[in-house]
Amino acid sequence: MAPLFKCLEACFELFVPLVVADMIDTGIPAHDAGYILTRGALLLLLAVIGLICSVTAQYFAATAAAGMGRSISNDLFSHILDLGYKEIDQIGTSKLLTRISSDVTRVQTGINMFLRLFMRSPFIVFGAVIMAFTVDPRSAVIFVVLVIILSLIVFGILIGTMPYYNKVQQSMDRVTLLTREALSGQRVIRAFNREEREQAEFLEENSRLLSFQLFAGKISALMNPLTMVAVNFGIVCLLYTGAIQVNMGSLSQGQTIALVNYMNQILIELVKLANLIILISRALTSMKRINEIMEIKNSMDTVAAPADMALPADKETCEPCAASPQTPFISFRDVAFSYGGHKNVLEHISFDASKGDSIGIIGGTGAGKSTLINLIPRFYDVSEGSIYIDGRDIREQDIHKLRARIGVVPQKAGLFAMSLRDNLKLGAPDASDEALLRAMEDAQGSEIIALKEGGLDHLIEQDGRNLSGGQRQRVTIARALSRDPEILILDDAASALDFATDARLRKSLKKYSGHMTVFIVSQRVSAVRDCDSIIVLSGGHIAGIGRHRELLLGCPTYREICETQMTREEVERDEIA
Amino acid sequence: MRSLKLAPGSGKVIRRILSHIKKYRSLVILSFALALVSVTLTLFIPVLIGQAVDEIVGAGNVDFTALREKLLLLAGCAVIAGCAQWLMNHINNKLTYHMAEDLRVQAFNKMEVLPFSYLDVRPQGDIVNRIISDTDQFADGILMGFTQFFSGVITIIGTLLIMLSIDPLISLAVVVLTPLSFFVAGFVSKRSYSMFYKRSETAGRLSALSNEMIDKLKLVQAFGYEDTARERFFEINSELERYYRTATFYSSITNPSTRFINALVYAVVGVFGAISAMNGMMTVGSLTSFLSYASQYTKPFNEISGVVTELQNALASAGRIFEIIDADAPAYDREGATAMEDVRGEVSFKDVSFSYTRGTSLIEDLNLDVRPGQRVAIVGPTGAGKSTLINLLMRFYDPVSGHISLDGRDSRDILIHSLREGFGMVLQETWLKSGTIRDNIAYADPEASDEEVRRAAHEAYADIFIERMKDGYDTVISEDGGSLSQGQKQLLCIARIMLRLPPMLILDEATSSIDTMTEQRVQKAFAKMMEGRTSFIVAHRLSTIREADVILVMKDGHIIEQGSHDELMSKQGFYHELYMSQFETA
Repeated sequence: MAPLFKCLEACFELFVPLVVADMIDTGIPAHDAGYILTRGALLLLLAVIGLICSVTAQYFAATAAAGMGRSISNDLFSHILDLGYKEIDQIGTSKLLTRISSDVTRVQTGINMFLRLFMRSPFIVFGAVIMAFTVDPRSAVIFVVLVIILSLIVFGILIGTMPYYNKVQQSMDRVTLLTREALSGQRVIRAFNREEREQAEFLEENSRLLSFQLFAGKISALMNPLTMVAVNFGIVCLLYTGAIQVNMGSLSQGQTIALVNYMNQILIELVKLANLIILISRALTSMKRINEIMEIKNSMDTVAAPADMALPADKETCEPCAASPQTPFISFRDVAFSYGGHKNVLEHISFDASKGDSIGIIGGTGAGKSTLINLIPRFYDVSEGSIYIDGRDIREQDIHKLRARIGVVPQKAGLFAMSLRDNLKLGAPDASDEALLRAMEDAQGSEIIALKEGGLDHLIEQDGRNLSGGQRQRVTIARALSRDPEILILDDAASALDFATDARLRKSLKKYSGHMTVFIVSQRVSAVRDCDSIIVLSGGHIAGIGRHRELLLGCPTYREICETQMTREEVERDEIA
Repeated sequence: MRSLKLAPGSGKVIRRILSHIKKYRSLVILSFALALVSVTLTLFIPVLIGQAVDEIVGAGNVDFTALREKLLLLAGCAVIAGCAQWLMNHINNKLTYHMAEDLRVQAFNKMEVLPFSYLDVRPQGDIVNRIISDTDQFADGILMGFTQFFSGVITIIGTLLIMLSIDPLISLAVVVLTPLSFFVAGFVSKRSYSMFYKRSETAGRLSALSNEMIDKLKLVQAFGYEDTARERFFEINSELERYYRTATFYSSITNPSTRFINALVYAVVGVFGAISAMNGMMTVGSLTSFLSYASQYTKPFNEISGVVTELQNALASAGRIFEIIDADAPAYDREGATAMEDVRGEVSFKDVSFSYTRGTSLIEDLNLDVRPGQRVAIVGPTGAGKSTLINLLMRFYDPVSGHISLDGRDSRDILIHSLREGFGMVLQETWLKSGTIRDNIAYADPEASDEEVRRAAHEAYADIFIERMKDGYDTVISEDGGSLSQGQKQLLCIARIMLRLPPMLILDEATSSIDTMTEQRVQKAFAKMMEGRTSFIVAHRLSTIREADVILVMKDGHIIEQGSHDELMSKQGFYHELYMSQFETA
């Protein structure tokens, strides 16, 4: 709708020079003041109609820009939510954040400006040309030539500067990155006496930015002067050919003036256009960046496979073993995984876990502990082999239903800026307050509720900044317990807890052992020694599976770990016990 | 016209800005001169057009020689004005970008010398914003402000003069009518202001939400929170759409309204002009030029009122940048401070007291003597002051009273760079630069050879995982270590130290995320390298601490127990309690 009204407004505006020409050609020679006044009234009328049309057009433009902006950011946000872990790692959080904030805003501004002015200006320009034809076809040829030259200038500069603005943007991103890094790493920088080199690096990147900016600026600075000169040359030609025709009597003075006025209108529009071009070209670059993200698809096939559709008929048809009691609850079969590098991070991983088991996973840094447990909720898909839960390959199960059965406590305690209650209810929107309190108690976090004003209503700050490291970890454990999960995954979740609290926590988790399978990833032997089964990982392979004592006797890697953490007497005592 | 309303204290800021611009004085003057040329010529063009039109009276009544002369002049004016304009644009760009760069670099350099008491209490995002966006906004605003204001004023004065010279009466009509457009613009902007405010507030809420959700996207997915997150986002976004629409609509009314008033002026000028032309009081050509002036006359007014807002923004930004640039950064090096030579590694604290905030003291009367080559472990609950001790050793902070000495010299008498060179520091909060793994290990010495880098990585047991990566040592890691695990990041930080092992070491939870086995090996490597080196180790994990020469048990800013592992265990005190809880079984 916006363009239509813009068009109408432009049309009315285009009549103005004609009316003025009429005034000069008819009114002045005839000395008819009344005629001039009626023409004046006509001008007023045109102005009023123009106002109404353009206000309407602005309304539609604003509505359209607002609506499009909303749908772009909605789509983008939705899309980002559906990306897999693999894609998130690949793109990086900071990139996703700039896309959804500044890039979307730029596109929105671009759309608004486009609707408001880009639609109007071409109408005026082409309208002026058409009007020129009605006045005098021969002079109008000058208009056509001029418009071609002008569009060459405008689009030439637009296309010519685009790659440079892109470079400017990239360089600007670098400068921002350097600033952010320098700030977060101030202590290290100073400890290494690297201040000067950091400064030199910053200066260098800034100089690069400056040269890109100047180059892009130099080209786009041509826009206004060039169009101005071109239009004025057009006027010169117009006046000269006009003069010849007037001399021959085929054109009037008033008509010449009308032509000159049209020319000026073109100039004014072009000046506006030129100022917008940067906005529009920025919007286009941003749109491209957004599209890049939109084109990245989740590499995992998260749509439930046909087997899942047939869930009610499950028992009789596809998986005869699914219900049989011998089927292990969770089973890894020759699983291998790689993040995309040459080497596999995990290889030949096979083990079974029954309902209610507690499974400890221990091993060196980079042994693949976290990777292994990330495969269970299908955060990543295995590269080879399969993982079965209830006897069915997890890739054939509904991913949301699968994840709903699992409570995860990640290494880094991530809390959200909402009330403690809402944080706990993150994965369990229907949990009652009693259930939440119970979960907090089991996670050894009751004192946090007692300590914090408002209890469950206490507002947690972003990243849980108003909690200590240990408190944060306990809240994240309670958050996972609130889901009442069938599988609980603790990924080095007690690292910030002192040993006493850690021990109490493990004790309280014991009482869930009837229905909850627990995976405990840790570097502390004390955290896993009482598990029903301990998986020792080393370099992506399983070095041993068994109970504490069995491993102590049969797995050298495990024994080595124990010896670094316990005294000789303690190790020997455990061997016998 | 709206008055320039300025925030208190802006006088100082303006003086500061002016002194900044002084550096570019010649460029500024040149820019103004060019603006004057281009505006004058641009204004002169309609006069020439009018004169040319007057040569074209009717059939057989065209003075071609005079016309040609006028047209040539016209073309010449256009070309010169065009050149002046381009040059002016170019100079302005140069001014803006240089000024922004200059300020940014100044602020950045300042950041590198500001005391931590300044940096630690301010949100990082805020400082980054000042260095990045505020500098831009300031340069943009100040440029737009000065140039547009200047050329706007010249245009208005010039136009007025020319119009008056053609026909004073009609000019008067124009002058009376134009303020109407300000009235309208002012009315609209007052209305839209509250809408804009609501809009940016809602936009802020939306970006806070998306920031949080995307930052913790993995968690969101793990807990199946996607749909709720989506709903919350959609809801705020719809609200934003509403405000965006109204705010944009209100503000976009300004243009059509002023255009309407322009059209009004145009009609009035047309009618009066035509009547006076009819009466022979002015030529048709003059009328033509008059009309084009009338249509241009209001434009600079609109620009100037826009400039006022720009300037206000620029001033606010400038204030924020200068706050950093002008912040107090006391010199670290006292007069007469000298470098350390042949560091033995004797460290002592004498009656040291310290507090981050006045009134609540953290460390009180701390005394400590460390002999060269001793391994000192510091243990104790969170908040006991362990990390503060390190802040004091590295002189990130200075003690409130008492003093710390190195090899018998007050540490404040040692050149800060020399002092820090003496320490190798690995912190729990790993910090890596975006760049290759090699660059990160060679951080202490960019000239280090490939062999040295590999040796350092090997000694830190980091070579195993590095070699397993796609591009090995050339693997580019993104900001904050990217996809590396916490333990891997710590190993890299240790390798960074291994490359150039200084005489004293500080390890603040340096191995907390490394498994105990690798840790043991790393410790062994440390131990080997630390022959005769003094080291301070802060750790949670007591296995790390057992082998230290001296264990300091800290609590509430005091050292409550001190001794070797065996001594402290037999004491059955706080340390014993801490150590035993480690083996309590479930």
